[in-house]
Amino acid sequence: MHKSWWKITSVVLLVYTFIAGFLGNVPHLPLLQETIRNLYFHVCMWFAMMILFTVSVVNSIRYLRTFNIKYDIYARQYAVMGIVFGLLGYITGAIWASYTWADPNKAAANSFSTIARDPKLIGAAIALLVYFAYLILRDSIQDMDKRARIGAVYNIFAYAILFPSIWILPRILPSLHPGNEGNPALDVKNDISGSMRLVFYPAVIGWTLLGVWITTLKIRLQLLNEKKMSA
Amino acid sequence: MKIIRKISLLFPALFYSLLIQAQDKPVQMADTMRSNGRIYVVVAVVLTILSGLILYVARLDRKISRLEKESN
Repeated sequence: MHKSWWKITSVVLLVYTFIAGFLGNVPHLPLLQETIRNLYFHVCMWFAMMILFTVSVVNSIRYLRTFNIKYDIYARQYAVMGIVFGLLGYITGAIWASYTWADPNKAAANSFSTIARDPKLIGAAIALLVYFAYLILRDSIQDMDKRARIGAVYNIFAYAILFPSIWILPRILPSLHPGNEGNPALDVKNDISGSMRLVFYPAVIGWTLLGVWITTLKIRLQLLNEKKMSA
Repeated sequence: MKIIRKISLLFPALFYSLLIQAQDKPVQMADTMRSNGRIYVVVAVVLTILSGLILYVARLDRKISRLEKESN
């Protein structure tokens, strides 16, 4: 395995996350109870997604500056991994919400209409759909250079819509989702407790590095393929 | 010095027995895996899954490295 120190870091941090995440101290809050531990998993998915999308857009810009096809492959694979994390974040959020936001007197499915109206969920759905469109657009163009160029430009647009749809719009509208005031999960004064932060930040780094690891594997495979095709 | 260190190591052991006396619960076969609502079992399960996934990714990594070497 080449350059493996950060892969080892990722594994160590994830093992730490899973141990400390289940056994560590958490504040006892009504409604949330033990589900507050989802912070180490659900929220980290979104953080990893945002970081991977950022890496993706940086590679798109690098492609447009150099027209090196390598960066196009980077951008696409990072976007795919970002989508994977986004979907995982969405699914875990749906599970979490159905036991904390939903009316306990009704079946979870019956509260769906209230929960589904939440602006944060709609924003996240829009962001993910925009990224699906990126994949469809890029992969449907046959010509390699055209594909890379249009894909890169669209990726920048997609990143630009990510901001309003997951960071700005949900904060303007009333939402059930926590972290509407200020900076979710990063607010030092009155958000998550100190002992949780000790697990949360390493968890974000661990999950992100795992995503990067898997992405580099896909990139290397793709580059091998390209080489085989051109040979 | 060495003796002092040895004695100081003894202290936790002494206090530990005090700790055990303090909790006189009814019959509980409390080994670690069954304490705290058996949360440790969950940790063990989750760690097994994580290590399985990591091993899988690491093996993939090695395979791709080999492919890269072959193609060069």
